[in-house]
Amino acid sequence: MHLIEPTSGSAFLLEASVTEEPQKVKQIINISPQETAVAPNLSVWENLIMMARIYGQDRKASALSADAMIKRFGLGDVLKKKSKALSGGMQRRLSIAMALISDPKILFLDEPTLGLDVLARRELWAAITALKGKTTIVLTTHYMEEVEALSDRIGIMNRGKLLATGTLEELLAQTGASNLEDAFVALVGGAA
Amino acid sequence: MRAMVFASRNAKEMTRDPLNLFFGLAFPLALLVLFSAINSAIPPEANNPMFEPAKMAPGVAMFGTTFMALYSGMLLAKDRTSSFLSRLFTSPMRSSDFILGYTLPAVAFAATQAVGTFAVAAFLGLPISLKTLLAVVSLMPIALMFIGIGLLCGSAMNDKAVSGVCGALLCNVAGWLSGVWIPIDLIGGAFRSVCRALPFYHAAETARLAISGEFLGMIPHMLVVIAYSAVAYVAAVLVFRSRMHSDKA
Repeated sequence: MHLIEPTSGSAFLLEASVTEEPQKVKQIINISPQETAVAPNLSVWENLIMMARIYGQDRKASALSADAMIKRFGLGDVLKKKSKALSGGMQRRLSIAMALISDPKILFLDEPTLGLDVLARRELWAAITALKGKTTIVLTTHYMEEVEALSDRIGIMNRGKLLATGTLEELLAQTGASNLEDAFVALVGGAA
Repeated sequence: MRAMVFASRNAKEMTRDPLNLFFGLAFPLALLVLFSAINSAIPPEANNPMFEPAKMAPGVAMFGTTFMALYSGMLLAKDRTSSFLSRLFTSPMRSSDFILGYTLPAVAFAATQAVGTFAVAAFLGLPISLKTLLAVVSLMPIALMFIGIGLLCGSAMNDKAVSGVCGALLCNVAGWLSGVWIPIDLIGGAFRSVCRALPFYHAAETARLAISGEFLGMIPHMLVVIAYSAVAYVAAVLVFRSRMHSDKA
């Protein structure tokens, strides 16, 4: 993805190599970084249009896409508001809408609910759940309840190494734990 | 097209910041009015043309372009530290889209600022002609140098450090060593040598000679400015590209 160059080898996303075909990969993915990476002095509408156009949509298509995102993420009331004036929860929603406006095949969400209050987090969970079945989502988080609520498959990482993958049930069975937090501690503790 | 989309975003970010508008547009004009008042207070028998609009306006216009380093550097540094740039690095944008996207609005801002400065100078007595247009154009290489310095700093520093280096430090150095505020020939010695070794004095001289119609005299000064601009801008492009392909974006 060109955020970090691989030290060796390559990774393949939908059969496209990140080292050999970076432009092809970039066209099929999108990300919402941990920090709410939005253009602060642009309105919600302008942020969405900008992202759509960067991914190659023309004026008409970008307006249609922005309109669809506004409806999907309930951003209609803050359409003309500068993004820096939005609450943390609304900025996160905008950030994810900006990631989805290019209709990515694979979406990376980096700690999407970090710092949000309970209500904002639940709203965002609902929005992410609504995407399931349409887009492959790779979500990183430190919140175990978030993993349990949202994930079909789970990967446990520690110090850059993937220690285990599987469904929640598979990880519980593998560790003999009764919940994900205990399974996580068993896997990571065992590796430490 | 992606470069233009990004340039449009950056133009909005620059022009919607009230501090940018004050320092970029209002501050040089306020300086010009202040110098005009000083000029009016100087008795004719003193025979001191230093603060006349034809002498002062090109220097003030050159000084105004120093703020382009601050604008482009701050914008890039904020984009880096807020992860906005990380988001765009995963998009199909290429490094040339980023460089053009940051540069074009700053060049447009610099040109607008120079036109505004000469327009106010016209009200204060500067004759307007095609030479004024040439003076505006002659300021674009130094504007490009300041944009390059801004992008260089923005690629390597956080926004607080950029405001210190490109704002307080660079604006003062460029102002004092350009000969705009103080006549360097009167001071002479090492100070004059330093001024002549740096591009700021040459940029102010280029614009002043354009206004006075001494076109051949512009060329040596213009060459010095273009050389500095090329070095600063190429360095900025190289550092930005290396940042784009490293884990330190």
